[in-house]
Amino acid sequence: MGREDGVGGHVLRKEDDRFLRGRGSYVSDMVLPGQSEVAFLRSPVAHGYLRSIRKPAGSDGTIFTYEDLTGLNSIVSECAVPGFKMSELPPLARGKVRFVGEALAMTVAPTRAAAEDLAEQVEIDIDELPAIVDARASRATPAVRVHEDWDDNLFVTLNYENGFEAQARGAKVVVKRTVSLARQTMSPLEGKAVVAYWDDRADQLIVYTSTQVPHMIRIGLAEALGLDEGRLRVVSPDVGGGFGYKCVLQPEELCVAWLALTYRRPFRYIEDRREHLVVGAVARQHHYELTAYADETGRLLALDAEIMVDGGAYSSWPFTAGLEPGQAVGNLPGPYDFRGYRCKSMCAATNKPGFLPYRGVARTGVCLALELMIDAIAREVGREPWEVRHDNLVAQAQMPYDNVARKHYDSGDYQKCLRMARDKIDLDTWRARQRRGEPDGRRIGIGFASFCEQTAHGASVLASWGLPVIPGYDEASVRITPDGGAEVRVGVHSHGQGMETTLAQVANEILGIGLDKIRVIHGDTGATPFSTGTYASRSIVMAGGAVINACRLLVPRVEAIGAHLMQCATATVRYEDGRIVGPQSSTTLKEVAYAWHRRPDRLPPDCDLGGLEATVSYKPKVDTGVFSYASHAAVVAVDLELGHIEILDYVIAEDCGTMVNPMVVEGQTLGGVAQGIGTALYEESPYDENGQPLASTLADYLLPGAGEVPSVRIEHLQTPSPYSEFGIKGVGEGGAIAPPAVLFNAVNDALHDLGVEMSETPLTPHRLLAALERARSRTARTEPA
Amino acid sequence: MKPAPFDYMRPRDTSEAIAALAQGGGEAKLIAGGQSLGPMLNLRLARPKLLIDISGLEALRTMDEESEAWRLGAAVTHARIEDRRHDFRGCPLLPTVARDIAFRSVRNRGTVGGSMAHADPAADWPLALAALGATLLLQGPGGDRQIPADDFMAAAFTTALRDDEMIAAVRVPKFSPSARFGYFKFCRKVGEFPEASGAAVFDPETRIARVFVGALSGAPASLPGLARDVAERGSPAVTAEAVLAAVTAAAPTLSIIEQRMHAETVRRALRQILPT
Ligand SMILES: Cc1cc2nc3c(=O)[nH]c(=O)nc-3n(C[C@H](O)[C@H](O)[C@H](O)COP(=O)(O)OP(=O)(O)OC[C@H]3O[C@@H](n4cnc5c(N)ncnc54)[C@H](O)[C@@H]3O)c2cc1C
Repeated sequence: MGREDGVGGHVLRKEDDRFLRGRGSYVSDMVLPGQSEVAFLRSPVAHGYLRSIRKPAGSDGTIFTYEDLTGLNSIVSECAVPGFKMSELPPLARGKVRFVGEALAMTVAPTRAAAEDLAEQVEIDIDELPAIVDARASRATPAVRVHEDWDDNLFVTLNYENGFEAQARGAKVVVKRTVSLARQTMSPLEGKAVVAYWDDRADQLIVYTSTQVPHMIRIGLAEALGLDEGRLRVVSPDVGGGFGYKCVLQPEELCVAWLALTYRRPFRYIEDRREHLVVGAVARQHHYELTAYADETGRLLALDAEIMVDGGAYSSWPFTAGLEPGQAVGNLPGPYDFRGYRCKSMCAATNKPGFLPYRGVARTGVCLALELMIDAIAREVGREPWEVRHDNLVAQAQMPYDNVARKHYDSGDYQKCLRMARDKIDLDTWRARQRRGEPDGRRIGIGFASFCEQTAHGASVLASWGLPVIPGYDEASVRITPDGGAEVRVGVHSHGQGMETTLAQVANEILGIGLDKIRVIHGDTGATPFSTGTYASRSIVMAGGAVINACRLLVPRVEAIGAHLMQCATATVRYEDGRIVGPQSSTTLKEVAYAWHRRPDRLPPDCDLGGLEATVSYKPKVDTGVFSYASHAAVVAVDLELGHIEILDYVIAEDCGTMVNPMVVEGQTLGGVAQGIGTALYEESPYDENGQPLASTLADYLLPGAGEVPSVRIEHLQTPSPYSEFGIKGVGEGGAIAPPAVLFNAVNDALHDLGVEMSETPLTPHRLLAALERARSRTARTEPA
Repeated sequence: MKPAPFDYMRPRDTSEAIAALAQGGGEAKLIAGGQSLGPMLNLRLARPKLLIDISGLEALRTMDEESEAWRLGAAVTHARIEDRRHDFRGCPLLPTVARDIAFRSVRNRGTVGGSMAHADPAADWPLALAALGATLLLQGPGGDRQIPADDFMAAAFTTALRDDEMIAAVRVPKFSPSARFGYFKFCRKVGEFPEASGAAVFDPETRIARVFVGALSGAPASLPGLARDVAERGSPAVTAEAVLAAVTAAAPTLSIIEQRMHAETVRRALRQILPT
């Protein structure tokens, strides 16, 4: 667009000044007079009847169990999908425990250490039940049930079919594969954190919580506490990473809010790393059984899939345990043009913490599953995987394209994007080097993965789910300050997305006010208009669109006042770059703001009483989502002796429509890639057969660090969406979607002629060496001695 | 994840530390860099009544060159060895090993004595000091004693140290200028404890030949047969089969995959010192 600091500007992030200097302000930084610290005693067993919890004498007011929480409701999330079974998550365990780490009791003391000392004094008696640890096995043992009022262990089963039989019939190539993803955490630097107190002057319960969705948390808390929403204010200060972990109502939020409401003084809870690794092991665990049908050139004709999501014990509020299997069905067909699809997608209840939507919701799993299939088909028909991928991608001429899962792809050139990735990684050179072989004996592999990603989808997609809160219109309010600056208020929350900068850029695009004079205010239900919040890569499209429209609404009001100040007709002036330009002279927004606030005598008699503030609601013209897409390519070197994988090069070609700030787009993408590398190679929350988590410290749970994340080279395409303001699409999640697929494809490219094909995350040295060992003994058996 | 309550003292000298340790009767614990004990305290896996902080004791912080050896005080940090405050003549492996332990913030506090006393099977000093033939100098109420590093670690997190003893120093013998050292560890990520590790020390002048494999379920294991073979025959002795056989004999309970991984690690340590 036109302006240097407006849409498209390479602008440094305004918020980084405080973050880089260590001056961010998080819940953990808050110390309120008389504040008590809260700790939770958590279940040591995965499944059992809670027979008794005995508190030591004299612990009234310092140790709480479920019975003490008078007036506090459980977390129940309705869902209108047929056959969906609801679960009830009590804020502290009642009757039964369903995963290791479920909160049994809450303790309160002046320090966290003292609160933990108190927790040690509580005696618990649990009758252990067999634990359901394997989602697939849970179907076979309906005698043991996570929720006893159910008749099996399935939250939901979704069946979808479109043209399958007709397309699959007579296919020359049939490829079957099994793909599994491990359970993992999201590991934000900051875990859950909440501090609550009662404000007598406001007559309000004030809850500061590390959340992506303050307005939704207010709804959820108000319902759980039985409090009018007007008597509740939820503030989300700086948040050290959300990734979906913080887009749901947390039992700890309920407990701390209840304490503050009951005792009318401040209480604070901070999740520690060990709690996170146990209670936060809530993501990614999918299992796929896939059969692909293709012609002899590798053109995909039909796909048959059975998907099992290991849903853990409880359904989340407001997104439910239905979200993940639903997103899996809808997104599995990916960016490809084929017409036969059959999919059964289930979510099982298991004795683990309840599943939550992690950055890239279901897409990281489906992308891995489908991209492994594309490569398997390519090998089956003896062609280059990128070529087969390219031939199957939806072509630009087909846009907009309604796919086999009835998703409406709005725009883009998926094939060109893949070719850009191929050229940037320089495929031919690597192929040559691969054929030559490495002097150190390692094997080179090159992998590709393509995906498209529904972002900013709204009510028309989600209403039929019947969730407690459906996203619809997003609101923004823009106010011109008396000195000619602007305050932008939005109900979404920025926690790493850089929106204090990008939302200022879109306001600057319309109003021409310098970025340093535009203040973006977010994360406070007391100070911002409503939005369901930040998730689903929606904020820049939704809140950005609202800001743009609010700014546009102000322009004629400013012009009218400006014209009056210049003594000319309104019709003869135009707004340009913060100035009102008339036939003979011009004036500034600053003068207009001055007149409005301080010199009403200079205003036109008939001026617009809306003044210099506007609140506007917005959703895109078509709200089925604007689709970003990308192709990733990577080269790996695989050490066959140690099972080590080194990433030698990693490139991305991506298109998220019009970029508001290319640097922010790249930052979002890089952060996502780091997480995707974690999913691919490192992160895993394993359990033993009793449901005991085996990785509860960072010594056992590996996260990629600076040494493991390569420098990623990014190339951009910009195809504006026809549906959103300025053609902007969401980009918050995409980086995390493709890395497992591209890295597995690269490793398989290196190893397939040894008879090895990896399809289970994370790709650890032990898994790789075990697969090589199996392949070795297979060939030993089949080769004559 | 906060520790259970404990008392804390900073003794004036080693004898005060030893007296406090003896008085504690098993309920007192030394703390040096706290890089291993700290997490154990926070997880409440260690619950001492008293912590005796020896990290500031001058007597434990010196590095001295003796005629035949380097003497490192127990509270010398990995970082001070890494930074080559001394040339470590005759013992060049010391800074090489120190440099690759964890990452700098851990090395700034973590100590040689703490690492030996903690006895993590995957730790670096138990492997390196055993291969170097170092000796630990222990002090207790009953007097001083010495023990070879190779005999010190009994099993995972278990050592020959008595409840009331502390490590005062390690003495690392100097090698001849023709000595060669190999050290290789396989870590899944930078700064992580290794999956497998191997060390080799050959000194043709003194006919010392040692090969060790580390990151086992217990203490690092010596592979004397392999060492002898390599000393006699050189590179031809370092076949994948021979190394695997030696590792399998020393660590029979490992899975075949782990045995291969450890064998490869040892082979790479050996390859560092042998002409290819
Ligand atoms: C993230 C991380 C990564 C790490 N990676 C590695 C690695 O790759 N390789 C590696 O080798 N180590 C690694 N370590 C461990 C590190 O080297 C520790 O410094 C070391 O294990 C313990 O030394 P310390 O001085 O911190 O001992 P402390 O934690 O203070 O004490 C550990 C134990 O030793 C006892 N102790 C301490 N000093 C003495 C003494 N003089 N006499 C008798 N007992 C004593 C204590 O009572 C305690 O039981 C890592 C640690 C961390 C936190």
